[in-house]
Formats: sequence, structure tokens, C-alpha cells
Amino acid sequence: MSYFSDIYNGIKTLLTGMSVTGKYFIHARKGSLTQQYPDNRETLKMFDRFRGEVVMPHDENNEHRCTGCQKCEIACPNGTIEIIWDRGIDEETGKKKKKIDKHIYHLGMCTMCGLCIEACPTDAIVWAQNYENSVYDRTKLSKVLNQPGSKVKAGIED
Amino acid sequence: MRPISYRDCERNITLEPGTQNMKPETINNNFKTEEYFVNMGPQHPAAHGVLRLILTIDGEIIKNVEPDLGYIHRSIEKMCERDSYQQIVHLTDRMDYLSSHINNEAVCLTVEKALEIEVSERVKVIRTIISELTRIASHCLWWGVMGMDVGALTTYFYGFRDREMINDIFEETCGARLTMNYNIPGGLMFDIHPNFVKRTKDFITHFKTKLPEYDRLLTGNVIFQKRTKGVGVLTKEDAISFGTSGPVARGSGFANDVRKRHHYSAYDRVDFKEALFTEGDSFARYQVRIMEMWEAMKIIEQLIDTIPEGDIKTPTNAVIKLPKGEYYQRVETARGELGVYINSTGTKNPYRLKFRSPGFSNLSVLDHITKGAKIGDLVATMASFDFVIPDIDR
Repeated sequence: MSYFSDIYNGIKTLLTGMSVTGKYFIHARKGSLTQQYPDNRETLKMFDRFRGEVVMPHDENNEHRCTGCQKCEIACPNGTIEIIWDRGIDEETGKKKKKIDKHIYHLGMCTMCGLCIEACPTDAIVWAQNYENSVYDRTKLSKVLNQPGSKVKAGIED
Repeated sequence: MRPISYRDCERNITLEPGTQNMKPETINNNFKTEEYFVNMGPQHPAAHGVLRLILTIDGEIIKNVEPDLGYIHRSIEKMCERDSYQQIVHLTDRMDYLSSHINNEAVCLTVEKALEIEVSERVKVIRTIISELTRIASHCLWWGVMGMDVGALTTYFYGFRDREMINDIFEETCGARLTMNYNIPGGLMFDIHPNFVKRTKDFITHFKTKLPEYDRLLTGNVIFQKRTKGVGVLTKEDAISFGTSGPVARGSGFANDVRKRHHYSAYDRVDFKEALFTEGDSFARYQVRIMEMWEAMKIIEQLIDTIPEGDIKTPTNAVIKLPKGEYYQRVETARGELGVYINSTGTKNPYRLKFRSPGFSNLSVLDHITKGAKIGDLVATMASFDFVIPDIDR
């Protein structure tokens, strides 16, 4: 008798499982989570805190907030950030002041840990929410964050 | 005399010693059987990640399983000796990537213990909630993959569907979906997102309707039960002597939940049951994880409404220097007990940092319990162990 009850129970459990999958089959459109990715680029919006890449915002006068203190460079675990800096003479006070020449960011090495942005005392670098970072040549992944001809905003001290 | 046919070989040569059809006198000497080696992995579709198992098999009977490690070794422990204590945290994301938040917490707790700083209640509660969400996400993925390993593809999609909601919660609060790096020594990197509480509650109500579906789809399924019940039986004595932890040990009746026995964060104020089954087979380990998902939801429900106010960071020096000495802290990840041992000489880097990872100890018992089983049983046993290879190799 156990032979037949095994068959009965087997079929019963299979049907129980199929009732779950059948439910989703009938209501396929209602609960679908699949994103049609390349087609939904216009509507796809990332969360505010999403870590896409590090950028340095500039205002309309082509001024940034980076004083060249190199705290981000020290905080970075794997040498993603390189700062080439120089000392220039401040026009107002006449003293020598540190200024950045190039703030280089190697996106290919970045692990998106966020320690540089935590370390920055002047909020000069922030996260950008873009997520399409693939390029054909890996040298393009090294970016200079400060725009050419830009200078530090007046009054920013570290 | 008629020539020997293929059927004769099948009938005469048995690969299973000790069974009824073993008739030594009838074995034709022209057809000798011998043991041979088969590599399972490093890129085997049924193995999770780049784990190479050197199988010594006799027909389909496993004689010996020898795990060969090193295919995803990144020398994380050595890199930790180079980095500062803030930088170490992000490396632990890459160990057991399915419970990355719990790994981060382990390092942060060790550093906080050494510095003798007390984080605020708010930090403790948030850490606990996110740890439990991580555990559910990890077990969701495991459930999907477990079903897939024994031949049910649908579970894979259902598991990932529910895990996606948790990933969204993490992405909104921490900024990343997998390698979150949300903890820092002394607290959290930033406060939780305003939507965090609402999203977590939504997930709990959603998942409470989905978890019974898991049971109906897979737990009660007759094929699944035949594949897992009585397969890969680990006795309680072996579980203790091989140093297993987590759901593997608790499936054998070895109660060793770190959350319950050595409280950390906010686990001392929540009420939850330790999932414990005594059968020791793959199905028991499966049931432990399903029960842990229920208990994790219970923990979150107790804490989510009453997140206390408080500082999100306890200020530390910009360069953390631990006092000279040895420090050890353990936590319960989704796979078992993770221990962090720091040996400091008083400088800004650790002199030695050792991770006691749960996967490595659990792997050591695999050879012992799969001897004499079939290859298909090895796959089912491995699925129930829930290996994450970067955790084993580091």
C-alpha cells in the first residue's frame, strides 16, 4: 500500500509546487521585476547615495573647492587618487599657498569604498550617480577631475 | 562458448563492494575496475565559485575528496598589514561577499574593543538590523542556488526576486548593493536614509507572504526531499571536532550561535530562537536556514520601530593606533562564526591580522561526510553547506 501512497503523495507535492509557479505564470505581468535595461535609460534613476564615480563639482566661474590637502589621497586604500600640486603665490596676501595642478582619479582601480569622500574636509569631491563606465581603452579610465584653468574658490581653507 | 557481451560486463562487474550482486568468482578478469581521479572545478557549474575538488572515485562512488584551494587567493590578510584600520574594513567586503556588512562589523567591533570606545545605541541597533537583512539576503540567494543544484531552476528566480528588495534598501542607505563598506571604526559612515524604515517594513510584509511559498515550492517537494534527506549526514561529535559553525553545525544539533551565546551589538535585547535541528543531513541544514530567515525577520521587527536617537559616529583619531596587545572578536555571519584576530604593536597598521572564516572550517568536514556517497550527493551536500569560495581562500 505504501507504494501507492508514495505515488499519491509525490504527485500531490508536485502539484502544490506547481500551484505556486502557476500563480506567477497567470499573473506574469503584475509581478514582473525585470528591467528592460538599455531601453529604459531615460526613466532609470539611481538612488541619491549611489556610488558611481568620484567627481569634483565646479561652479559657473570654473571654481572648485579643493585646497590640495591630500587627505583623500592618504585615505584611499589602493592609490586610486593622485594629486599633483604646486605652491603658488596668493594674490591677496602675498603668501605662498598650496594649490592643485591635477587631481587624477583612476576609475579602474577604484573600489567605491567612499573613504576619500569621508576624509575630504571641504566637500570638494562627491559621488556621481552615473553607472555606465565602460570604455574601449583602459587609459580613458584615468580622469583629471579639476577642469583646465579652474582655481579654488575664495575663502576655502582646510 | 559465446563471446562476452556488454551486458555480461554490466552484470558481473560491480563497483559497490558489499552489495548483494557482488560475486567475486564471476568477475571476469579481463575487465578490471580501478579508482581514478576527476577534477570537480575550478570552473564546474555545480561548484560555487572557483573551488577545485580532486575526487578519487570508483565508478560513481566517492572514495576521497581533496579540496584544492588558491584559485581566488588575494592575500587579504597580508594586505591588511599594509593598510590603516579604516582601510582594512573595505577589504573584508571581498571575503564573504554575501554577508559583507557582517564582515565589516567584525573588524569594526575588534578595533572598537581595542580602543575601548563605546558606540551609541543607535549605531548598535542599525548595525543589527542591517546584519539581519544581510542574513536574509544571503539565505535567499542560497535557497535559490540550493534548488538549482538539485535541479529546480525556478527557485533561483524567486530567491533573487526577494533579494533584490534588500539590495535596493542597501543601495538607498549605503550607496552600494554588495560591497557596502557602511561601517567605520567608531560607528557608521553616515545616517540611515529617511526611507529606510519604511522600505524595511515593506520588505518584511512582502517576505512574510513569500516564505511560505518557498516551503510549498521546495521544502515539501518529494524530489527535493529524496535528494537531501539522509544525504551527507554529519554527526554532532564530528561537527564539534571538525570545528564547524553556523547552520552546518546547528543542523547537527551543535548549538553555537554567537549572537545568542556571546552577545554583540544589539543582540542582547532581542528575543529570538536559535535554529536547531538534530538530524545532521542536508535537509536539516536546509531547515536551519529557512528557520533563520523567520528569526531574522523577528529580530528586525523588534528593533525597526524603536531605533533610538544618538550619534552616528564616536569620534576617533584620524590615524587610529591600537594599543600594544592582542584582540579577538567574533560575530555570526550567514555562514557561521567569523573571528578577527588583531595583533598590534602600537603602530597605525596591525602587525598581524587573522580571519577565522567559517567556510574554511566547514570545508574540512566535506571529505569526511561524503565518503562512500555518489557524486550527485556530493553536489547536494555542497549546496547545503553554502560555500562562498572567496571566504575560504581570502
